[in-house]
Amino acid sequence: MKRRVLSATLAGALSLLAGGCVNVQPWERELLAEYGMRPERDALTTAVRDHLWFSREAANGGRSVGGGGCGCN
Amino acid sequence: MRTLLERLGRPFSGIALACCLGLLTPALGHGATNSTLKVGELFPQLSRFELEGELPASLKGRIVVVDFWASWCGPCRKTFPLMEELHHRYAKRGLLILAVNEDKSRAAMDEFLKENPVTFTVLRDAKRKLAAQVRPPVLPTSYLLDAAGKVHSIQPGARTAKDSRALLKEVEALLEQNSLAP
Repeated sequence: MKRRVLSATLAGALSLLAGGCVNVQPWERELLAEYGMRPERDALTTAVRDHLWFSREAANGGRSVGGGGCGCN
Repeated sequence: MRTLLERLGRPFSGIALACCLGLLTPALGHGATNSTLKVGELFPQLSRFELEGELPASLKGRIVVVDFWASWCGPCRKTFPLMEELHHRYAKRGLLILAVNEDKSRAAMDEFLKENPVTFTVLRDAKRKLAAQVRPPVLPTSYLLDAAGKVHSIQPGARTAKDSRALLKEVEALLEQNSLAP
């Protein structure tokens, strides 16, 4: 009995979670189009992050620059 | 593996079924109106959708371009000059341009129109009911409707010069056809 209740609860929770997967329609993308939602909204911040990434990891690329991680490109 | 499944038995299959149903739920929710309007289909009657703005009294027998746009959509800005050109060229011959705005706030639309004044008709789909019915694949999307109110062609996304020329040609041909009709 206990096992059944547990499975039913789990099933209910999973189905509720799965119901949250909804496509955002093109006419509903107002918030996604906001300036603050852009991943690279500040050129200076992006440059600093790239520099930190390069210094720490000795690797280049991974954003929009192609690179094999040798630090030579 | 078999023994594991047997041990888990009915509760496991119950969970699996619930998961499948749960994954299907969003799809079922949109199921009724999940398809976009296609060429040859009848465009919904605009008076049914409580659109803000002045809807022309009758669209019967008129060639219409319905353009879905929003102030936050970059490529939509680029379609406005084309719509304006179409309006200036063909309004006297009976072409009607209806730009349907999908902004949540009216202020955003008004501000945009203040910066980019237009002479064609702008309507606002405040409740987004028309968009939910027509389901434009992207913003902007323009629907060219023939005199019978059927979709003659669809132009989704940003327009290239080639697309603009194609639309002009299609509008010209439809207007010609309409003027010859008895």
